[in-house]
Amino acid sequence: MSTEDTIKISAKNVQVHYDDTHAIKDVNVEIADKAVTAFIGPSGCGKSTFLRCINRMNDTIDICRVTGEILIDGEDIYDKRVDPVQLRAKVGMVFQKPNPFPKSIYDNVAYGPRIHGLANSKSELDDIVENALRRSAIWDEVKDRLQAPGTGLSGGQQQRLCIARAVATEPQVLLMDEPCSSLDPIATVQVEELIDDLRKSYCVVIVTHSMHQAARVSQKTAFFHLGNLVEFGDTDKIFTNPEDPRTESYISGRIG
Amino acid sequence: MSAMKHSLLTLDARTKKRNAAEKRFKACGLSAIVVAMLALVVLLVSVFGSGASAFRQTYIAIEVPFPEAKLDQSGVRDPDVMSQVTTLGYEPLLVDGLLAAIDAAGIATEMSDKDIGALISKEAPATVRNFVLANPDVIGSSATFDLLASGRIDGFFKGRVTMESAALDGNTSPEALQLAQDLRDAGIIQTRFNWNFLIAPDASDQRPEAAGLGVAILGSLYMMIVVLVLALPIGVAASIYLEEFAPKTWWTDVIEVNISNLAAVPSIVYGILGLAIFINFMEFNQSSPLVGGLVLTLMTLPTIIISTRASLKSVPPSIRDAALGVGASKMQSVLHHALPLAAPGILTGTIIGLAQALGETAPLLLIGMVAFVREYPAAYTPDAGLFGEASTALPVQVFNWTQRADPGFVERASGAIITLLVFLLIMNTIAIVLRRKFERRW
Ligand SMILES: Nc1ncnc2c1ncn2[C@@H]1O[C@H](COP(=O)(O)OP(=O)(O)OP(=O)(O)O)[C@@H](O)[C@H]1O
Ligand SMILES: [Mg+2]
Repeated sequence: MSTEDTIKISAKNVQVHYDDTHAIKDVNVEIADKAVTAFIGPSGCGKSTFLRCINRMNDTIDICRVTGEILIDGEDIYDKRVDPVQLRAKVGMVFQKPNPFPKSIYDNVAYGPRIHGLANSKSELDDIVENALRRSAIWDEVKDRLQAPGTGLSGGQQQRLCIARAVATEPQVLLMDEPCSSLDPIATVQVEELIDDLRKSYCVVIVTHSMHQAARVSQKTAFFHLGNLVEFGDTDKIFTNPEDPRTESYISGRIG
Repeated sequence: MSAMKHSLLTLDARTKKRNAAEKRFKACGLSAIVVAMLALVVLLVSVFGSGASAFRQTYIAIEVPFPEAKLDQSGVRDPDVMSQVTTLGYEPLLVDGLLAAIDAAGIATEMSDKDIGALISKEAPATVRNFVLANPDVIGSSATFDLLASGRIDGFFKGRVTMESAALDGNTSPEALQLAQDLRDAGIIQTRFNWNFLIAPDASDQRPEAAGLGVAILGSLYMMIVVLVLALPIGVAASIYLEEFAPKTWWTDVIEVNISNLAAVPSIVYGILGLAIFINFMEFNQSSPLVGGLVLTLMTLPTIIISTRASLKSVPPSIRDAALGVGASKMQSVLHHALPLAAPGILTGTIIGLAQALGETAPLLLIGMVAFVREYPAAYTPDAGLFGEASTALPVQVFNWTQRADPGFVERASGAIITLLVFLLIMNTIAIVLRRKFERRW
């Protein structure tokens, strides 16, 4: 990728501790806007932890301490004046396990716009919901049963519903923690296409365990190992010509 | 051994042992249930056996004359003047009416007029007097009344009093019972469903036939309202704070342990607390449902807090994450998502707490709710204040009646227990229905 990419998120000297566990060790990274960045690495290396730093979901964990700076559009999101609630409206998140609200499909998607006052009328809200569902490639499957409970969908449908829910609030950054881990290959392809499409409007960060997926959907890849950011660069380069021996052995399946 | 092949068609020793253990375990469980059910059946049979008759009552239908000479010598029909005639003045009129009825039915008896008058409840003259004072124009004519029969006569028709027991009883005699039997055959005495048991206030020691649960039911209702209005919001707010907002520190642990301990504190301790705080310090009226309700609120709070926290805890954290993830505030995630999901559990806990409070006696005795209440409390007066007048409660009424000498009150007490059980049954049914309703949503 070219160097003229605008930087959306930049992390400086980020350290995360859970009590005594040092989960993220001095991570510096710059994440480009309108691109997909993949976080890969063996289990327990801190990918989710770092992802959750970006929308301050770690605040909800009492024992979690974050130090360092994370700038979004040049503003430190850990500044005292930043309200994490406002931040999370701007930085949407899709979780590893699909977690729709036990409400109707419509209400699931409409919840974010409602609490943020994005729609002035019922028809505007209808449009937002339809739009979000269409972009998440699930509209055709649910358009006839918008009032049915979201929890009654299949796992893959639920995950796409959760993506629609995140998209509906018009975030600028979309964080996805292993969004395809509970999906079958067909749904995975659908979600990957969706991610590729979302890239046009958002800065997308995705955690994945699948090398192929990272290679398919991302432009940049970050490899984490034991809390360290070992290597970060263009996806093509990381997968074809990694600099660090640890990256190479992970990609070729020797550690993990 | 391991090399030996085993057919699947025969059981090996281990499996046999395991199956036997399983059978024993099942048998234990089953017998436990049988014992519990038996205890329940025995309880219900004994309570219903002695209490069901409280819902039936014996009445004597007679025509009572209202001579002007006896009731209103002034002739002005002014209730204030007429009220100078006490119930003692009415008694002979009732006896006259009964004698006339006996004559008309052609029943022969050798009893004295006074003994015949004893068939009628001591409560009856007051009933008639109230009627006359409310309708002064009836003076000079007469009116037909269904008057309460005395407790012994009532007991006779319910099988509590027999000819043999009457022979030894100073309050009645076999002749009186015979006369009552004849009157019943003539259709003058009837036993039928007794609404008064549920509406009438308490009556004095000599008049079990007139005693009712009205004041006690109202008092219990008042108290339940106080408990619901105070304990539910306070309890839910406290639990939400503790569960969702409070930082997990040493202090919250201390509070948690203390709340669990509060739930186990004997209820009489709450009574002492209520006596000290609400009556001695804040000077609320003794025996008022407000004080009773406050004491029961204190008692119910831990139950509600514990059940609310448990049901909030059981809401999957992924739902909260989802809400926070789309930018909901902490409060929105609780109010929009966690609380509705916890609602069935909260409701169940609340109703169980209320049911407990409804059946609670000890603390109410301490704050003086055991008082004998002959009149309905006035709902609101500037002197007494809201819920401020002396009242009583269902379980206390049971306690009260079991203390009394007249055997007629045994039946009343059992009837009160039935009423209490019915209320508890209704509340638990509501709890189940509500829970189903909320759970079925998804
Ligand atoms: N809530 C928590 N409390 C304590 N320690 C935690 C918590 N969450 C994560 N950790 C620790 O932080 C480290 C990083 O965990 P993290 O969940 O970020 O790993 P991950 O890279 O996402 O792994 P996976 O690929 O398995 O999801 C692990 O050692 C983990 O034990
Ligand atoms: Mg993870």
